Amino acid sequence: MCLGVPGKIIEIFERDGLQMGVVDFGGVTKEACLAYVPQAKVGDYTLIHVGFALNIIDEQEALETLSLLREIDVLGEELGVELPGEE
Amino acid sequence: MKYLTEYRDAEKVAVLLEEIRSTVTRPWVIMEICGGQTHSIIRHGFDRLLPPELELVHGPGCPVCVTPLELIDRALAIAAQPNVIFTSFGDMLRVPGSEKDLFQVKSEGGDVRVVYSPLDCLKLARENPDKEVVFFAVGFETTAPANAMAVQQARRQGIQNFSMLVSHVRVPPAIDALLSSPDNRIQAFLAAGHVCTVMGTWEYQPLVEKFHVPIVVTGFEPVDLARGILRTVRQLEAGRAEIENAYERLVIPTGNVAAQAVINEVFEPCDRQWRGVGFIPQSGWRLRPEYAEFDAEVRFAVGDIEVEESPLCQAGLVLQGRLKPNQCPAFGKQCTPRTPLGAPMVSSEGACAAYYQFGRLEAEAIEA
Repeated sequence: MCLGVPGKIIEIFERDGLQMGVVDFGGVTKEACLAYVPQAKVGDYTLIHVGFALNIIDEQEALETLSLLREIDVLGEELGVELPGEE
Repeated sequence: MKYLTEYRDAEKVAVLLEEIRSTVTRPWVIMEICGGQTHSIIRHGFDRLLPPELELVHGPGCPVCVTPLELIDRALAIAAQPNVIFTSFGDMLRVPGSEKDLFQVKSEGGDVRVVYSPLDCLKLARENPDKEVVFFAVGFETTAPANAMAVQQARRQGIQNFSMLVSHVRVPPAIDALLSSPDNRIQAFLAAGHVCTVMGTWEYQPLVEKFHVPIVVTGFEPVDLARGILRTVRQLEAGRAEIENAYERLVIPTGNVAAQAVINEVFEPCDRQWRGVGFIPQSGWRLRPEYAEFDAEVRFAVGDIEVEESPLCQAGLVLQGRLKPNQCPAFGKQCTPRTPLGAPMVSSEGACAAYYQFGRLEAEAIEA
């Protein structure tokens, strides 16, 4: 719940008056709310907590953390999905 | 694919550990608040790499672990009602209540669903207008921005069949309670990095002044942990007590101001019972009276509930850092991740689960 998952914003749109985005978490894409990072642009990396972006982070940081979360088998749990090929 | 990382670089960790060793001159007790940090420490065997003078004790920063039993029993009672879709983060489903858990309610026919984001509940509510959608809003400051926004959006969108069972907790009052305890041993804290991403560091200044303890904002990865511990030890050895940020790349002193504004609009501080730990004044958030219509406790009168904890479970002592999980007589015997007696054995942020998962089955002399 508190770890957060980094991902890349690949699309930004508005729904119900909220700034939303499509975020790519190393192959798994999900929607996330971007209301708390109004400065976010397509291509930015962000740290997502329970479907909400809370800050913008740099790419290297994002890729490293994603790889760690995969390694410790919590990526699927944090994203609420079954990951294909996760051991 | 593996990314060789600056933050996990073994060489960097080794240099930092050496620096820690050469800085330490006497025994110190440091608490890491966050359960995610506990898992990282135990997973990497980090505590065993530190000089023997340093003791890391594990804190209460596991949201599902401290959710009070009364609220879990209330959740079970609401989830069992026929017109309800009960939603929660996945961690919560196996947390034992007095008699059962949410999984059991589901197997008995209750409509219990795991959601990824609280905004998913609003979609569920729109798609199921004849049902009541209830969300179990647990967590520390990291989930509060999301949960507060879901309530705000429910109002904006005029969604009436959505409510929340709120059990939010806050870190600073817990630190205050731990340090105020007469048998406190903790001399410094590693503050939870992502909590501070939301709240910043300003909330910790009064604690540093009141108790004269160093509080160092720390991340999760080995290099982050080593950095946080080194800066803590430097303060302790120098007799300094300051709020320091060792996680600068993700935390700014003000935190995420937009998120704090929405939290403050929807929630207000309240007293809260912490499971196993006890009553802590002003340590929770509840819905403000203006948002009472979304309060599941108001909407569903489930009455007085008598709660009963397992007499074997020592989770309270574990959550206060007074007992290591493997010092509990039930650990690994009556209590395992398959047959948990207490929440810390269930959660991916629970200390007991960390010890079990990473093979710390016997209490060690080094930890005595």
